[in-house]
Amino acid sequence: MKNIIEILKGIINIIKQLLKDPIGRIGFIGVFIIVLLSIFAPKIAPYDITEMFTKSKLVSPNGEFIFGTDNFGRDVFSRIIYGAKVSLQVGIISVGISATFGYIFGIVAGYFEGVVDSIIMRFMDVLFAFPSILLALFIVSVLGPSLGNTMIAIGIVNTPVFTRTVRASVISVKSMEYITSAKSIGLKPINIILKHITPNILAPFTVQATLALSGAILTEASLSFLGLGIQPPDPSWGSMLSESRKYMERAPWLAIAPAVFIICTILSFNILGDSLRDVLDPKLKL
Amino acid sequence: MNNVLLEVENLKTYFPVKGGVLKKTTGYVHAVDDISFKVNKQETFALVGESGCGKSTTGRSLLRVIEPTSGKITFRNEDVIRLSKEEMRKKRKDMQLIFQNPYSSLNPRMTVNKLLSEPLRTHFSMSQKEIEEQILWVIDKVGLTKEQLDRYPHQFSGGQRQRISIARAIISKPSFVVADEPVSALDVSIQSQILNLLIELQKDLKLTYIFISHDLNVVRHISNSVAVMYLGRIVETGDTEQIYTSAMHPYTKALLSAVPSKDPLQKKKRIILKGDVPSPVNPPNGCPLNSRCESAMSICKEIRPELADMGNNHHVACHLYKE
Repeated sequence: MKNIIEILKGIINIIKQLLKDPIGRIGFIGVFIIVLLSIFAPKIAPYDITEMFTKSKLVSPNGEFIFGTDNFGRDVFSRIIYGAKVSLQVGIISVGISATFGYIFGIVAGYFEGVVDSIIMRFMDVLFAFPSILLALFIVSVLGPSLGNTMIAIGIVNTPVFTRTVRASVISVKSMEYITSAKSIGLKPINIILKHITPNILAPFTVQATLALSGAILTEASLSFLGLGIQPPDPSWGSMLSESRKYMERAPWLAIAPAVFIICTILSFNILGDSLRDVLDPKLKL
Repeated sequence: MNNVLLEVENLKTYFPVKGGVLKKTTGYVHAVDDISFKVNKQETFALVGESGCGKSTTGRSLLRVIEPTSGKITFRNEDVIRLSKEEMRKKRKDMQLIFQNPYSSLNPRMTVNKLLSEPLRTHFSMSQKEIEEQILWVIDKVGLTKEQLDRYPHQFSGGQRQRISIARAIISKPSFVVADEPVSALDVSIQSQILNLLIELQKDLKLTYIFISHDLNVVRHISNSVAVMYLGRIVETGDTEQIYTSAMHPYTKALLSAVPSKDPLQKKKRIILKGDVPSPVNPPNGCPLNSRCESAMSICKEIRPELADMGNNHHVACHLYKE
């Protein structure tokens, strides 16, 4: 109980510091808004996502339909808001999967080196050798198309990148004298990893995570585009974008709305990641 | 003989040299090549020598931070090399290491408080209050203040950081500390403060030091006995004053002649060793110094001289003094 309160205090402290920095504020607020949108989607969306207004297909943005309607006469704004949920889910969960496995594999490979390292890294090289979309396609077609499987596929595809980032940082941190010092004090390897190595590889790790997050949202878009991601009629930003392609000239708002949301989300996450890295580095506070 | 805390016999630490695609071992760096010495309780034993002669490797091998290749290290009647990893880990509270560079030996992401409580949490099951008391005790000993506990290492100067390093080493109340060039990264004015701190702590806590340095003036100031190392071997060892006043080995003489004198008018005869240190991968046969020694004889190229007793605890490894 005491620990939980302490962790919460730490998180609040980090948020406070994030808000002090104007750029961090932008990133934090951006992410915050997107999270709110996806949580409260049913309350915010003016219409049902499957409701078709047959009399007003491909209507340009107006007072009634803020972002216009699509070729079935569905409200784009409502679909965008529901899509936020899907995109965010895919981004966070798939990055969670790849970050977790990448961290474990990377730490083990980097810390213990030798045979374990060779085995893990050769396996990652094999995964790396496939173009990521091809690999994701393969995994989804084996598991069957669904949102959950899409997240698993994207998670697996991104794992080698995390493994490499973590392993490289671990190897460079491991040669620092404070690791030798920790050993000479008699710390167990697990404590050296958790207390000395992990905090010092956080910077590249967070940057990688935010980059992968945007990548995951985009990969989900491509998978949906190929019909292997989220299944219609459920909306995701990627699938909306890919459907809009046919009506690009007649109804550009169909492409602009999801594109702008994807850009803003990715930008917010990248900015947040950058400021988070700065906040977590004690050397930058004085 | 009960006065001996640490006895090292035939310690060797070799590093494999790997080459080629298949990482085959093509040779060994003979970093520490068959050295033996004894360290008395509550004394300071200095290891001196030029860069790359194996003094730091020796220090770290003693604590098994670097695993020695072979030999025997008897610490409190126990062979340290034979301990399992877990036993060794527990033993570390009694044997500590102070590092040369206080800028890289402290984790930049931990506050002083965390850095100091870590050894205690690792080795003792103390309550939070006991840990706090112990930390207050140690910062008082090394001359830090309570207000500095919540700061990060980068907010301190080099001398202060070295005090933190020392505090971290002595907080678990070890009896044996290897100080690996603890002052060579510091300004001269700070050096003397840290040295005096080390001497004070030795008296207070009954510590035994192995003091590794290349600064001969510092060594003379702090140590009781000295071993001079060259190319992974001890060439001369004895009580400090003995070595400084009546050095016998040609290498020691050359080393001492390089010490800057306090008097600018005093003219000293420098002994200059010609050539470079031979590679520790292929150390020369016979005496390691034979290619550079002024008084080298034919025997020096063939037979490696062993340390011979010159009386009064003074040992020299040189054919010149063999009858």
